[in-house]
Amino acid sequence: MKIFRILQVSIRALTRNKMRSFLTILGIIIGVAAVIAMVSVGEGAKQGIQQRFASMGTNLLFVYPGSRNFRGVATGAGGYTNLKPEDAKAIEENCDAVQATSPSISTRAQVVYANKNWNTQIQGTGEKFPFIRDWPVSEGTYFDEAQVAAAAKVCVLGSEVKQNLFEDEDPIGKTIRISKIPFKVIGVLESKGEQGGFFNRDDMIAVPYTTVMKRLRNVDYITSIDVSAVSADKTEEAQRQIEELMRDRHHIMPGSDDDFQVRNIADVAQSAAESTQIMTILLGSIASISLIVGGIGIMNIMLVSVTERIREIGVRLAVGARERDILLQFLIEAVVLSVGGGLIGIIVGIGTSRLMKYVSVFQGITTVVTPGSILLAFIFSASVGIFFGYYPARKASRLDPIEALRYE
Amino acid sequence: MSEKIIHLENITRVYQIGETQVQALRGITYSVDYSEFLAIMGPSGSGKSTLMSILGLLDKPTSGRYFLEGMDVSQLSKDQMAAIRNRKIGFVFQNFNLLSRTTALENVELPMLYASVGSKESREKAMKALEIVGLKGWEHHRTNQLSGGQMQRVAIARALVNEPSIILADEPTGNLDSRTGAEIMDIFCRLNQERKITLVMVTHDPVIASYAKRRLYLKDGLIVREETNHSAEQRASASGG
Ligand SMILES: Nc1ncnc2c1ncn2[C@@H]1O[C@H](COP(=O)(O)OP(=O)(O)OP(=O)(O)O)[C@@H](O)[C@H]1O
Ligand SMILES: [Mg+2]
Repeated sequence: MKIFRILQVSIRALTRNKMRSFLTILGIIIGVAAVIAMVSVGEGAKQGIQQRFASMGTNLLFVYPGSRNFRGVATGAGGYTNLKPEDAKAIEENCDAVQATSPSISTRAQVVYANKNWNTQIQGTGEKFPFIRDWPVSEGTYFDEAQVAAAAKVCVLGSEVKQNLFEDEDPIGKTIRISKIPFKVIGVLESKGEQGGFFNRDDMIAVPYTTVMKRLRNVDYITSIDVSAVSADKTEEAQRQIEELMRDRHHIMPGSDDDFQVRNIADVAQSAAESTQIMTILLGSIASISLIVGGIGIMNIMLVSVTERIREIGVRLAVGARERDILLQFLIEAVVLSVGGGLIGIIVGIGTSRLMKYVSVFQGITTVVTPGSILLAFIFSASVGIFFGYYPARKASRLDPIEALRYE
Repeated sequence: MSEKIIHLENITRVYQIGETQVQALRGITYSVDYSEFLAIMGPSGSGKSTLMSILGLLDKPTSGRYFLEGMDVSQLSKDQMAAIRNRKIGFVFQNFNLLSRTTALENVELPMLYASVGSKESREKAMKALEIVGLKGWEHHRTNQLSGGQMQRVAIARALVNEPSIILADEPTGNLDSRTGAEIMDIFCRLNQERKITLVMVTHDPVIASYAKRRLYLKDGLIVREETNHSAEQRASASGG
């Protein structure tokens, strides 16, 4: 009851100066909106990555060239040439915890069909890729072992590519040109159902890895090996067996560093999620600086307001207001400002993160506004109000009634 | 002592300004009866306002004892003082001290905000108080749209709305012309006679002071003279009539 009436008094005081109140909370609005929008970008990226890895299956492992703990200058991806197709074959044959492998090497290329042009990822794989990645074809077939051995000019389209080049036309049996080389389309992969451009897995064409090596890139190495363990609980054993075999094959002396690394899907998902988490925290903290600036704005206006209203405070004290009544009044005013700004900021922030997809720079970014970030922004803005409102409110409540009444 | 509403025993008030001390009150011993109308007079700087602040529990005496309705209130905490100001004392100032940009009604409701009075009851009481001071129909006017006399009426309504036992008025007619001043004095006399509210008023104006039954003269922080005005009663009843 009492708080409610003080709240009424505070709101009345604030609405008496609408323009000033609005300008005061603008900082908070921008701050909260920025936090929510930025965190939604980071969160969207994180969830996207997690979903992607979750859909890949849990018994998946990757073999990459290069040491896990390399020192000195990092060699860029693709700087290693020591992973060979024979390694993949040996792993499949010798490690009994491994059921299948698929060498992997990719490139980007311009793809042409009739009068249509598309630039996309050309993913070289082994014939077991659909099985290892649990990613079947929806039309036609995947290439087989013989086609891989022959470095055949055949390809399987990702659904996005199929849509862009063929629309409703049946692509099977048609010929497309990849970097001017004619390839026969023999299948279409099932859609992963992703939107946008940046990380869209449907935006790719699968061809035999041998074809990428010999016809598109002219190299004798591969960039990674997809490995499928016999079961999810055998992944660690598979990892150990692969490491042992690879050290032997690559003649690594005991005590020296590996020239390859084996990572399971959980590792990869973990580090990807970590890097997006760092991004989220970074974006969120940059945005929250504006919240603090907004808080300082509130403190400034509250101090001005206390000085302007010293007489009013004197009158209130004279008619029986206690110190805490005055403290509460000004504190509530500050909190009403900051929470009001926070609520508007939440709406603006949600709106911004929704609209972000329509801005071309952010094409393909999914944004996820979590209840957590809304709650955080709300609590943060309320605490900004309390923190920055406390000093002016205390100043007001400590005034001497006689001096306040005399103040000119 | 118990029949006195105010009893002061050797009250002093010393202001410390840096190294120097200003003795605003040097030892006031005095009593005020219930329902009395007392005027305090004296030259500027004699300590009248200082005494009023102590009587109104806005300030504490440096030494001495102050009994209000028989209770020693000289050394209460800030919150206790605030509670007594709220329930037992009404203030009327020379410069009105109304809240700007608020209505007459809101100003009068102010003391009840701090007295846990429900909003409906508070509104009714405020309307009633405004009616008593002759401002029926002016409730929703903003204070800056009112004349000086009307503003002082609002201030009086605010002082009496919590049904205090004492109203303290420091030069309440100081900013008003003599005719408006007389109207304000009529209201005070009515409150004093009909509602038995004890009235202590500081004034420089002998005409205004002649409304009071007793007059106290201060000089240099001491009581120098006390007068009883036998004609005040007749005069007040004539004008209040
Ligand atoms: N806050 C203060 N700090 C220091 N000295 C003060 C303070 N208030 C009053 N005084 C001093 O105390 C003395 C009495 O002041 P007070 O205001 O009570 O006089 P007054 O009788 O009300 O005068 P006036 O008729 O001009 O209003 C004066 O000398 C004044 O300078
Ligand atoms: Mg004075």
